[in-house]
Amino acid sequence: MQTLINYTLYLADNALILAQRNAEWCGHGPILEQDIALTNISLDLLGQSRSFYQYAAQLINAEHPSAMPATEDSLAYLRDVFAFRNILMNELPNGDWGQTVLRQFFFSAYQFPLFERMKHSSDATLAAIAEKSLKEVTYHLRWSSEWVIRLGDGTEESHSRMEKALDELWTYTGEIFEPAPYEKAAVEAGFGVDATSLKDAWMERVSNILQEATLTVPAPRWMQTGGKEGKHSEHLGFVLAEMQFLQRAYPNATW
Amino acid sequence: MSVQELEKIFQQKIDQEIKIEPKDWMPEAYRKTLVRQISQHAHSEIIGMLPEGNWITRAPSLKRKAILLAKVQDEAGHGLYLYAATETLGTSREQTMDDLHSGKAKYSSIFNYPTLTWGDIGAIGWLVDGAAILNQVMLCRTSYGPYSRANIRICKEESFHQRQGFEILLVLSQGTPEQKAICQDAINRWWWPSLMMFGPKDGESTHSEQSTIWKIKRKSNDELRQQFVNMIAEQVKILGMTLPDADLKYNEQTKNYEFGEIDWNEFWNVVKGNGPCNKQRLDTRRKAHENGAWVRAAAEAHSAKRAARKQEQAKVA
Repeated sequence: MQTLINYTLYLADNALILAQRNAEWCGHGPILEQDIALTNISLDLLGQSRSFYQYAAQLINAEHPSAMPATEDSLAYLRDVFAFRNILMNELPNGDWGQTVLRQFFFSAYQFPLFERMKHSSDATLAAIAEKSLKEVTYHLRWSSEWVIRLGDGTEESHSRMEKALDELWTYTGEIFEPAPYEKAAVEAGFGVDATSLKDAWMERVSNILQEATLTVPAPRWMQTGGKEGKHSEHLGFVLAEMQFLQRAYPNATW
Repeated sequence: MSVQELEKIFQQKIDQEIKIEPKDWMPEAYRKTLVRQISQHAHSEIIGMLPEGNWITRAPSLKRKAILLAKVQDEAGHGLYLYAATETLGTSREQTMDDLHSGKAKYSSIFNYPTLTWGDIGAIGWLVDGAAILNQVMLCRTSYGPYSRANIRICKEESFHQRQGFEILLVLSQGTPEQKAICQDAINRWWWPSLMMFGPKDGESTHSEQSTIWKIKRKSNDELRQQFVNMIAEQVKILGMTLPDADLKYNEQTKNYEFGEIDWNEFWNVVKGNGPCNKQRLDTRRKAHENGAWVRAAAEAHSAKRAARKQEQAKVA
């Protein structure tokens, strides 16, 4: 049961932290239509995180009955940095529009094959969330792929900005495919998806899009990891400080 | 046909409640008034995203975050419909936005006030959207077709926003003593600026008379303001809160709530650019626009390259 809880929280945290980062763009996008599009993606990810948190809360409450049962909000708002399991990439500051869309592309290119497999999970709830989310992710992937191509192939400036974004983010992509112990256990238990098995499909898609964007796949390099096991960058503390402010400042209040 | 005859036909249509459509003849002053008013409305939606956007990352629950994010996104959508409506009058979105960024065009002064607590998100929904709806409901029947239709779409979403805002305050009003204080403080700060949203008193409103003849406007500023006060003075009782006006009292004879004098110095001061956030709001918009310049240029360059490649392929084939 603990494996299922940990695995579900990993899926939830990934979605929430990226939703939170993307939401920072709302009202500040480069074009009104794209402001709306990125907000949509943020809303989808937020919705996914809520489905996963609600499920995790249900599992936690069944496992550890308590006078203060876990809820989607207690999981999002009352855990500290070390309890969050999201990958490091999702907590990084947004950078410019190019870096934001490239990160979204990297993440969607992971979520897409992940949910394609997860919709056949032996766990019916995970399967259902994956199936529902897959429709959303299909759009995120198309939207972010198009933007990576557009910016890579656009002007000299946009091309060089995308090269910089690629350099900035690449070192965080390895973590996606390095399974944490709870991911390995989830695979063994039969409901999880083997992250290592998604790498080839991810790399193929990324190579194709980068090529179309006239960008070069970076050479293999050191990959930063740790987020999946709660060892984060300094950025996450600030993300949480902002996000959790009201719940922390006014404990036990209802909003 | 002479201009006089065209004007006569135009006014007849208006009098008969026939909508004016983009390709119809219209007096230049009618067109100008509409461009000014619709673009102001559009800018208000876009600038209005900022004070509320200020609380998206700090919303106190995931549900509230989702609702607020969707709400601010709706405002961007309203801005889009309205910019499209100004385009039907021959003014491009670029031109309209340039006028906002240069400070030439105005937007609703209400958004020059800061959002300091979560209570402000409730107060904006309840009071600011509430005031805006009264105006927009009237504008659903405005004489210019595209503007009327844009307002019909907007009103559907706005009434949902107002309910959400009221609900935020309702929860606060039933919460801890600190939450009740947050609720009352937000109402205190947003009440008077909300009343100012209806504009100057009837005698002092410059564009009103002609706009009424053209049926762009169908109710006076003071009429709408009174309607608003009557509505809010009742609703505030449900919250168990008070409005910050010692002169507020119900008049049995007129069936209206009488209210105190608005601070018109403050009103004009904020209109002139001296509100707490005028500079900040405009700077933020300009910065977003400037930071997006390379993105827009890249999108254009890419689409030109693509078109050229397609043409090249067609030639080869």
